[in-house]
Amino acid sequence: MRTIDQTTQEVLTLASTHFQVPANSLAPDDDFFKKLGINSLQALELLSRLENHFGIELPDYEVQGVSDFRTLASRIQSRL
Amino acid sequence: MLDLAKYQSIGAALKDALEEFSAEVCLIESDREREKDRLTYCEFKTRAHPLAKALQNSGFSANDRAAIIMTNQSKWLISAYAIFYCGGVLVPLDYKLTPDDQWQLLKHSNASVLITEYPIWRQLAASSLRASAVNVKTILITEAPPNADLSGAHRWEESRGAGEPTFLPRRRSDVATIVYSSGTGGRPKGCMMTHENYLEQCVALTSLYPFAPGVRYLSILPTNHAIDFMVGFFGPFTCGAAVVHLRTLRPEYVRDAFPKYKITYVSLVPLVLKNLQKGLQARFDALPPGKRKIFDALVAINKALTKSQPRLALSRRLLKQVHRAFGGELRAIIVGGAFTEPQTLQFFYDLGVPVANGYGLTEAGTAITVNDLKPFRADTVGKPLPGMEVRILNPDADGIGEVSVRSKTVMSGYLNEPELTAETIVDGWLLTGDLGRFDSTGHLQLFGRKKNMIVTEEGKNIYPEDIEAAFESLPVEEFCIFAANYIWPKRSMTGEQLLLVLHLEQGQSLTGELRQDISARNNRLLNYKRVHGIVLFAEDFPRTASLKIKRNILAERLAQQDRANAILPL
Repeated sequence: MRTIDQTTQEVLTLASTHFQVPANSLAPDDDFFKKLGINSLQALELLSRLENHFGIELPDYEVQGVSDFRTLASRIQSRL
Repeated sequence: MLDLAKYQSIGAALKDALEEFSAEVCLIESDREREKDRLTYCEFKTRAHPLAKALQNSGFSANDRAAIIMTNQSKWLISAYAIFYCGGVLVPLDYKLTPDDQWQLLKHSNASVLITEYPIWRQLAASSLRASAVNVKTILITEAPPNADLSGAHRWEESRGAGEPTFLPRRRSDVATIVYSSGTGGRPKGCMMTHENYLEQCVALTSLYPFAPGVRYLSILPTNHAIDFMVGFFGPFTCGAAVVHLRTLRPEYVRDAFPKYKITYVSLVPLVLKNLQKGLQARFDALPPGKRKIFDALVAINKALTKSQPRLALSRRLLKQVHRAFGGELRAIIVGGAFTEPQTLQFFYDLGVPVANGYGLTEAGTAITVNDLKPFRADTVGKPLPGMEVRILNPDADGIGEVSVRSKTVMSGYLNEPELTAETIVDGWLLTGDLGRFDSTGHLQLFGRKKNMIVTEEGKNIYPEDIEAAFESLPVEEFCIFAANYIWPKRSMTGEQLLLVLHLEQGQSLTGELRQDISARNNRLLNYKRVHGIVLFAEDFPRTASLKIKRNILAERLAQQDRANAILPL
């Protein structure tokens, strides 16, 4: 079982790979819309990547209103 | 299609539609790969009537207000029908708003009933503003897990009254819905839409884009949005067509839905349409050179053959692969909610996929103009719909002025805002605040806004005043928010941004600490509501005797600065 810190780190790594930004430029409390310069659709793409990576289903309502990596990681953690 | 001229209300028309098209499929609901539900009009009725009876048993009656805060799904439409059946006024609210904003609008609308989904209710119940909306007496929640803490709500699924409910007729002039076009800040704009507004708009729209049994509409735009309410509920239902809901709106599931359900129409906001274009373009670019050459030639042939009007059957044969990906039955993509770039519209039209581009606003009853495709004109927002009188007020030398509208589809006014209503509807004409002109063929072209607001590519109307609460008590002399294009008018409807105007205290400078404070507050706003830059202003803001900022005068003074140099990045 992953710890929340491990999950958060994996979320950051995956986001940096998917959107091709340096991994060390992202921090857990960053707003991913702003930091990655993405729109709501691109955020949905990221969610699909995260679902595949963690082998879970994240219903749309679970991530409604979420905009920072830490909260996103905690929503994932609760479904692992 | 039902003859809507005979009807007095949405409820009466829907009631007859459920009988008329009894055996036809009206709703399909899918979650990822799984189909969750498929209902005929008859089955829809058997689910809606017990809910209507339960509402009546709880005391809900004619003219009472009931709010729905739900994602797109079958229970949204079933609940709405039950509300109309009881003669109630529907208040459709945006499920993407924050819980505090939702409570504020629930209070403002004076809704006595709230119907929502369990995940939304969890957040609403935790909000401290719940106590302020004492008007909300009955709360029904869908899909609550067994043993869930309902926090005073009741299960929607168990809200089934025994026996037939009583249908309560309404008149055309009665208010059918209160739709918030914006305003979660100080001054909510609740558009009071009458039954006549919907009946007339439905006739006009379906005359250009007809629905019928067998037609399937993919519902992606939120149903609280005026467009989806019309073309994803009332329009298809009064014609016996079917609506497809997806519970997961990830691009891959949306893509799969087209061939899986043989979609006929879909409505999208420009952002999604552009994303679709990007995906298709990447696939075309990846074709081997030989295939690409053939493909480009076929697109050129299609373009030449559809110059005067769409020829769907021909386009489907010429560009088989593209149309297969869209399911082979797609007649048009309806795009709305915000301005769409002509290049995007043309891209799809050249592939043989007509885009019904139009222009409208909630206050006008959804659409004012729509492209009639005779011929397709990507550089305009089409011609006025039947029944719409559109004129350009105070045109300048180029013929550009404020677009105003007179029609049976125009709202009766803003809820509890007689002054605002009087400023917006003058002598029966709705002043849109948008700038436009008609070309020689009667097509409307838009050239920016007169009003201080922006519309995002996601179709969200943002009024600067609504954002200002997030910056309350910011340690500066004074501040306010503007749409950049209101200060420095641009003849464009795209790339609109909000700016935070700061008047710093004497001797104060824009320090890193102040910037951080601004960024932190900005980040607490929903992403589409955030400001994009700062403008410094060294004088006192001009104000009225009651200390309200004279925004038009302040904007004029700010405009004396050079736009490029004045906007500091956040």
